[in-house]
Amino acid sequence: MANGPQALTATTVKAKVSRDDWVMRGGMVVIGIYLLVAVIFPLYSLLSKSFQDEFGKFVGLANYAEYFATPALFFSINNSLTISFTSMVITVSLAFGYAYGLTRSCMPGKNIFKAIALIPILAPSLLPAISLRYLFGAQGMIKELLMGESIYGPIGIVMGEVFWTFPHALIIILTALSTADARLYEAAESMGTSKLRTFFTVTLPGAKYGVISACFVVFTLVITDFGVPKVIGGNYNVLAVDVYKQVVGQQNFQMGAVVGMVLLAPALLAFTADRIVQGKQVALLSARAVPYQPRPNKRFDLIMLTVCGIVALTIVGLLGVAQYASLVKLWPYNMSLTLHHYDFDLRDGGSWGAMFNSLEMAGWTAVIGTTVVFTGAYLVEKSKGFTHGRGLIQLMCMIPLAVPGIVLGLAYIFFFNHPGNPLGFMYATMGILVMCTITHFYTVSHLTAVTALKQMDPEFEAVSSSLKIPFYRTFIRVTVPVCMPAILDISVYLFVNAMTTVSAVIFIYSADTQLASVAVINMDDAGEIASAAAMAMMIVYTSAGMRLLHFLLTRGIARQSQAWRKR
Amino acid sequence: MAKDNGQKPYLSIHGVTKMFGDFTALKDIALQVYESEFVCFLGPSGCGKTTLLRAIAGLDIQTKGHIEQAGQDISALPPSERDFGIVFQSYALFPNLTVSKNVGYGLENKKMNKADVKARVSELLDLVSLGDQGDKYPAQLSGGQQQRVALARALATSPGLLLLDEPLSALDAKVRVYLRHEVKQLQHKLGVTTIMVTHDQEEALTMADRIVVMNEGIIEQVGSPLEIYRHPASPFVAEFVGTMNFLPGIAGNDGTVHMGKVELHAREGVNGLGEGDEVTICVRPEDVIARDITSDTPNTFDAMVDELEFLGSFYRASLSTQSDDDTNFRADFSVNLVRDLGVKEGQPLIVAFPESRIRVFAGR
Ligand SMILES: Nc1ncnc2c1ncn2[C@@H]1O[C@H](COP(=O)(O)OP(=O)(O)O)[C@@H](O)[C@H]1O
Ligand SMILES: [Mg+2]
Repeated sequence: MANGPQALTATTVKAKVSRDDWVMRGGMVVIGIYLLVAVIFPLYSLLSKSFQDEFGKFVGLANYAEYFATPALFFSINNSLTISFTSMVITVSLAFGYAYGLTRSCMPGKNIFKAIALIPILAPSLLPAISLRYLFGAQGMIKELLMGESIYGPIGIVMGEVFWTFPHALIIILTALSTADARLYEAAESMGTSKLRTFFTVTLPGAKYGVISACFVVFTLVITDFGVPKVIGGNYNVLAVDVYKQVVGQQNFQMGAVVGMVLLAPALLAFTADRIVQGKQVALLSARAVPYQPRPNKRFDLIMLTVCGIVALTIVGLLGVAQYASLVKLWPYNMSLTLHHYDFDLRDGGSWGAMFNSLEMAGWTAVIGTTVVFTGAYLVEKSKGFTHGRGLIQLMCMIPLAVPGIVLGLAYIFFFNHPGNPLGFMYATMGILVMCTITHFYTVSHLTAVTALKQMDPEFEAVSSSLKIPFYRTFIRVTVPVCMPAILDISVYLFVNAMTTVSAVIFIYSADTQLASVAVINMDDAGEIASAAAMAMMIVYTSAGMRLLHFLLTRGIARQSQAWRKR
Repeated sequence: MAKDNGQKPYLSIHGVTKMFGDFTALKDIALQVYESEFVCFLGPSGCGKTTLLRAIAGLDIQTKGHIEQAGQDISALPPSERDFGIVFQSYALFPNLTVSKNVGYGLENKKMNKADVKARVSELLDLVSLGDQGDKYPAQLSGGQQQRVALARALATSPGLLLLDEPLSALDAKVRVYLRHEVKQLQHKLGVTTIMVTHDQEEALTMADRIVVMNEGIIEQVGSPLEIYRHPASPFVAEFVGTMNFLPGIAGNDGTVHMGKVELHAREGVNGLGEGDEVTICVRPEDVIARDITSDTPNTFDAMVDELEFLGSFYRASLSTQSDDDTNFRADFSVNLVRDLGVKEGQPLIVAFPESRIRVFAGR
């Protein structure tokens, strides 16, 4: 077709912005501002603080120079890397063995094993550390097993971290192993390949990205964790605890900011590497695979049952120890049982009020967080135009995953406590705790929402605009009900994490807003270890209760909507 | 149905170009659609049909050019300010709403009372023969029923323009053939101006008043199904619609072409070619004749039957001209003809290409 004169003179069509578009863009601006306030500004405050002296004067790299000139400080980098790497190797190996048993053997009780393995997610990381004290501490039940080594230090930290990070690694590896393609195994078998060789040529490559991803996740969780080393680290200094010591112990905010920045580096690195690896994994999963069905093999099934049994018993054991210790009158002298330690109001550093504060905080985090995250994800996914703004928001949604909780908490003090900040009124309120916790767990929630939204027909919005129905009506009437399972997943995820987190809130709670997880630390510091264990168990029960409620709700919804949900 | 002579177009598209980054999905498209017409955009996957439809709907506004609907310039308007109903390939039915709620979805915003909405919904459901399915959910319906729900939903607000993007391609063959008639009849009954996108030539030929054949972002030809089939304007159209023999030839003088030693007369399309130019001669297999050939029949020549394949209702023969540069072509013969003339593999046969059925294109 010839180029008509019109084509030569025609100018680019400037699309008229509809009311829907205005509303969407308005919504996106609001979300963008929220993320700026919740993520970017605090991090910027932290960054700039690390370049200032105590009077707020810019001093360039002086603080960093001082940091690296102080062996007591920069040795922690080595310590942090050591325990993170060690925990990573142990956790991922154990999780792989466990997942292998769950997917490739015909051992009995798989569902129970799966459930047990996920329990540590419900507990604050302080809990395994407390249990380890009871087992291996000065008056420990089985301290002889350490052959004279002290539990206070790297050994204790690694043991606690392995317990606490195990389910995170397991979920990832389990997913990777369950997507195995049976046809590859049949091919290997038909060629007479030995079991061992099949393992190295089929199983491992298939699960490669899952294993790598699990490594990054565990490494990041450990290096940024504050709870375990705080309780059982002894004199073994690690970065996350250094931040705390600098800020709370020495009131040296600048140095706290520097350590925070140092801690941010490996977390960012692991985060970036993991993103790259996960990008590759998508391509791997898109192939149509025939699911692998294991066949019974007495010897192999027995081996796997033993491996899984030992791991599961350890998990239950550590939990059991904390529960038992919290009921014992005076370990190890008077082993009679009492509920005395649950009388938190009588303890130094704790109160039942802290438990209620935690419930309130977790409730708000779940409600507000889910609303913000889901609406934000919807706007980012479904709005048109505004490409740059959308890209920026997407980036801001990803950043929190790379920021260690303790660094985020510190950033929040700097930002909200700044004298010139009009948002200063939030300081020392429940509001700042909720905001910080939502931010800390924003990324995973956001990705869950995005995954659910991507499964929706992309033309719902087009259909409603052709019918002149505003998009928000369709959002409420169709998108939200259809995505309800994901919305419930997000809220329970936020709730449980809000109950268990310590690192993000340790700097920003106030006397009126003390939280249960913080009370565990404070009671532990005050020597009320049995009460600390009791409070930690209360957190576990609350989280477990919420999980159960979530399970029942999800099942109820599945029943109610089975008429229209395709299986 | 409506034709271009003198009538005012309902929808006019002028110089529409759509860019995706550096990629030009539509190049300077011009098209008129008339009141109550059923137009099909036909073309291979990726040629820009959906892009053009979405530009008309305002869902992905064109980079350049303008579009008028019912005399109003709608070039820059968002979908919510245009007047159309749309059915997508996926149907995009709201899974958590019943069929009635889906169909009545667009009526909620109008100031209609509940009873009127209900009456309108049941009227629409009757129209698409789903009168008793109103309380079911989309997942409980068959593909064909879902498609009709989507159609009823799109028609509920009585739009001036109905847009259908491959509405039948997700269905299995039998349902598809049945629904072609249903949709066509419905359109005829309501008289709503309709544009349907399809890559299925049979669908376009059976349903459309006019077909717009598209290829790589441009319009190759616009015409009635018969025009498109009989007089393809380009080799692309000739190949895409129906089956076609493409035979190498050389232009002769006074309107003849040579296919090897065979001289052929073509009634149209040898204009502008100089003697000795290379050409492509097009003839459809079903247009090759073998019966009632006399010495007066033009374009007659001897051929050899190389293969004869029985396809149920007819035979497809592979033939070759009996000359040095042996040209191969296919012909469809009826079962009758094969029997009456005793056509057999490996035997010669006299055939003819009717003058009126030959198309000649420059180049090879
Ligand atoms: N949003 C988009 N971004 C980039 N390219 C696109 C987009 N939508 C369509 N295209 C490209 O434009 C061309 C025409 O697409 P489309 O109109 O969907 O083809 P079809 O004729 O099959 O409906 C294709 O090459 C397609 O890849
Ligand atoms: Mg298309």
